[in-house]
Amino acid sequence: MRTAETDLQEIKKLMERSSRFISLSGLSGVFAGIYALIGAWVAHLQLLRIESSDSLLPLVITAVSVLTASIITAIFLTTRNARRKNQKIWDKLSQRLLWNLSIPLLAGGLFLLILIGQQQFELVVPIMLIFYGLGLINGSKYTLDDIRYLGYLEIILGLMATWFQGYGLIWWALGFGLLHIVYGTWMYWKHER
Amino acid sequence: MKNPIKGLHKEFENRIKLGIMSVLMVNDTLDFNEIKEVLEVTDGNLASHAAALEKKNMIRITKKFIGKKPNTSYAATDHGRQSFTEHLAALEALLKNNP
Repeated sequence: MRTAETDLQEIKKLMERSSRFISLSGLSGVFAGIYALIGAWVAHLQLLRIESSDSLLPLVITAVSVLTASIITAIFLTTRNARRKNQKIWDKLSQRLLWNLSIPLLAGGLFLLILIGQQQFELVVPIMLIFYGLGLINGSKYTLDDIRYLGYLEIILGLMATWFQGYGLIWWALGFGLLHIVYGTWMYWKHER
Repeated sequence: MKNPIKGLHKEFENRIKLGIMSVLMVNDTLDFNEIKEVLEVTDGNLASHAAALEKKNMIRITKKFIGKKPNTSYAATDHGRQSFTEHLAALEALLKNNP
């Protein structure tokens, strides 16, 4: 039977389905977090061996590997989730989400490249965390709203990393590792079980 | 207490009309196929209900050509947005008064 309640539920569902990409998989967050923790450990070992004048190439390779593995896993799990929720993986909604996520990330990425080019490494981790947080907040309007709060947390961590400098790798492991795992588990629990 | 039934618009009583308005509230414009896909309705059904909403000045239907393909896009009018907002508020009030 139709009641005010079922009408409201239907309206909410349709509004969400037509304006947000809801298939984002929480599990991809968990995996990204695990890769990030492994990456942080590898980077730690690499840093122990790097002399000050050495090239940063090994660190860059580690970072790019973590990023690539995370993206591939996210695409795989989200595609699977989209199929289950009967949502398209590549349509206006997912494109809008990616675009809005990318703007702060691209700005932050270029900012980082310029700083690294000038041999300024102190702020690398805070900038990664803060711009990633801004990207999440910007993208949250177009997907599950939960990631907005993950964005806030990343920004707070980024600011703390700016305040307490010299523990870059630990902040990085907290923001990209631990937070992703905790948050991804929670989102999986809430939306996909 | 205000009578919540007053805010209910009978133009939105039909489930498909309610659906069309819902998706147009959160999207500036949508084309025919996009609405059809979200609502899971047939062409004829969607076209006739959309036409009825246009007649009541709730939505605006724009037909144009993209290349050689005809494209029909839909958007809520200001009047439609306001009416639907009232309708939503009335539904919520109903729910609150009769839990």
